[in-house]
Amino acid sequence: MTLLVLLGISLSFAVVLAFLGDWKYAPEVNITGSAAACATSILLALQVYLHGPFTAGSNFFFVDAFNVYLTVLTAFVSMTTAIFSRRYMRVEREHGRVGHWRMRFYHAMYQLFIFAMLLALLTNNFGVLWISMELATLSTVLLVSLYRTPNAIEAAWKYFILCGVGIAQALFGTVLLYFAAERLLGVGGEALLWTNLSHISGQLEPTVLRLAFVFLMVGYGTKVGLVPLHNWLPDAHSEGPTPISAVLSGLLLNVALYALVRCKVLVDGSTGSHLAGRMLIGFGLLSIIVASFSLLRQKDIKRMFSYSSIENMGIATFAFGIGGPVATFGALLHMLVHSLTKSAIFFTVGHASQMHGTQEMERIRGLIKGSPVVGWAFILGTMALVGMPPFGLFASEFLILTATIKEAPFLAPIILLGLAVSFAAIFRRVQPMVTGVVPPWQKPLKAAHLPVILHMALVLLLGLYLPRFLSDWFHTTVELLK
Amino acid sequence: MPVSFAAQINSVMAALILLTAFGLLIQRRILGLLHLFAWQGLFLGISTAIVGYVTGVHHLFVSSILTLTLKVVLLPWILYALIRKLNIRKEIETLVNIPATMLIGIALVIFSYHLTAPITQLSSLVTRSTLAVALATVMLGLLMMVTRHHAVTQIIGFLALENGLFFAATSATYGMPMVVELGVALDLLIAAFIFGIFFFHINTTFDSLDVEQMAKLKEGD
Repeated sequence: MTLLVLLGISLSFAVVLAFLGDWKYAPEVNITGSAAACATSILLALQVYLHGPFTAGSNFFFVDAFNVYLTVLTAFVSMTTAIFSRRYMRVEREHGRVGHWRMRFYHAMYQLFIFAMLLALLTNNFGVLWISMELATLSTVLLVSLYRTPNAIEAAWKYFILCGVGIAQALFGTVLLYFAAERLLGVGGEALLWTNLSHISGQLEPTVLRLAFVFLMVGYGTKVGLVPLHNWLPDAHSEGPTPISAVLSGLLLNVALYALVRCKVLVDGSTGSHLAGRMLIGFGLLSIIVASFSLLRQKDIKRMFSYSSIENMGIATFAFGIGGPVATFGALLHMLVHSLTKSAIFFTVGHASQMHGTQEMERIRGLIKGSPVVGWAFILGTMALVGMPPFGLFASEFLILTATIKEAPFLAPIILLGLAVSFAAIFRRVQPMVTGVVPPWQKPLKAAHLPVILHMALVLLLGLYLPRFLSDWFHTTVELLK
Repeated sequence: MPVSFAAQINSVMAALILLTAFGLLIQRRILGLLHLFAWQGLFLGISTAIVGYVTGVHHLFVSSILTLTLKVVLLPWILYALIRKLNIRKEIETLVNIPATMLIGIALVIFSYHLTAPITQLSSLVTRSTLAVALATVMLGLLMMVTRHHAVTQIIGFLALENGLFFAATSATYGMPMVVELGVALDLLIAAFIFGIFFFHINTTFDSLDVEQMAKLKEGD
């Protein structure tokens, strides 16, 4: 029941905001909707914690240890992003970058996007998973082009075409999966349900599943932004409004990786070989290396952090590929803390670029003097992102690295190289931005501090102490993914 | 209708779908592309209906009607309206290296047959032999999107690719479950709405629908 309510909230708020999205208090309505969704998701998590996994809506939806934490994360980050977006979009509106209609559109699509992600996480049906991934893309395409600048339109077109083509491959993979499953489970919707498939994965025809996984990997891999399928990502994540960058980088990539990992479980069960894992390792490693070296060449601040998202998603993908309890645990934690850190960084980046009226890093200077909270949040967020202790990403990367040294020692230097290069690349850019004197073009700004502080506190907490319920869920998921 | 006869008609339809896919690959006139796309949808709809008839899988009739309304009537009509509004009815696209594109296309068809061979062997369905054609249609749509530079053409390539996916679902499994097919159709409608808006944005911002002009966001500048 809670589960259906959760999905209903975002969908109904999307409809409501389609009508009054340009009202004076629309941002508050948006926050209310996201906060209600967040509260419901916590309730849902409580149910899972007390009674274990369950299905709802006649097996159409289900929730277990794996998707419950991502659901709460999605609802939580969408709430904090809505809080951030209130101040941010007001400034954009004052600057005349968006008008009445576009505000309405923005708010409605924001809620629809959240709905699509929650649906992708909570559905039991692999076909519906595909549909909601596509819906998540479609609902954000026109948000990326919201400013209607040539660059924004180009980025959105690229996003639309490349993701559309990419995800079409995943549908072919899903057809093949259905083909294999239907022979055992019979015709109809039952044959695509995760709760059925996970029990019989050992009997699925390996030749079909192997081929299916290649298509699923390319399809969902495009959405995760894995190299060499990543071309759309830096553009789409840097040209849109910053709240959208935060949810795209922080949430949507996670959801796509979630879809990929669910598919991997079935393929592993069927083939009994390490094929899927090897593919994840290959794509992951390539992403880490290419993204970290691309970081060196960036001039646009949001573009740089988009590349960092590719790198971090590469790390998580790689870890899922390595498998085993430690690496998988690390990957699950990494998805969580990266999402929190990256969205926090995009919040501060959004404020910083509004203060300077540009996204060019050369022109952003003296943040700490200009606005201490934004400046410090930015430097701390960056430290967390590059994996400095005591933040959460240090813990997850440490776990992943430990597992790598044990399972595949010859790959560890490559990971370390990627981490070192990205550390250097990001710090080299961030350090002059936060220190120094305030440039004349910097303008003071009323920033939304709460979301950033909340996120950073959580990332710090997760680095120092992992709550019992979370580690329980992670352990259960590790069992599931074995 | 005996099953073997139906299988033969279905193969003819598959051949026609493949033919239209190749036609799309080399057609230069926008209006011509639109016609070819509508024909492809028609063949797809007929094939689905025939399979539904001989196998007694009734939801295939629903899919068939869905295909006919969406891909033969609605989408071509939307595209036609957009083309008229944007005044690009007579536009002709310059294509380079048609023979090379065709050769790559043929290679993709052979590759599709090779890739789907193990699956076809496992299957006992009437339609099993057309799975390779379905995959080939997907690949040809992909090729079309790579080789063309016009926004409308790329979209038609995308829709042809989607036709291939739908055909794959019918050939491999007699169609996906109803809820999935309806969802995919809904996504397609939303996509149509979005590319409609996009055409106007691109046209007003770049004064043309040639997406080659959009090459600002490149690395290393």
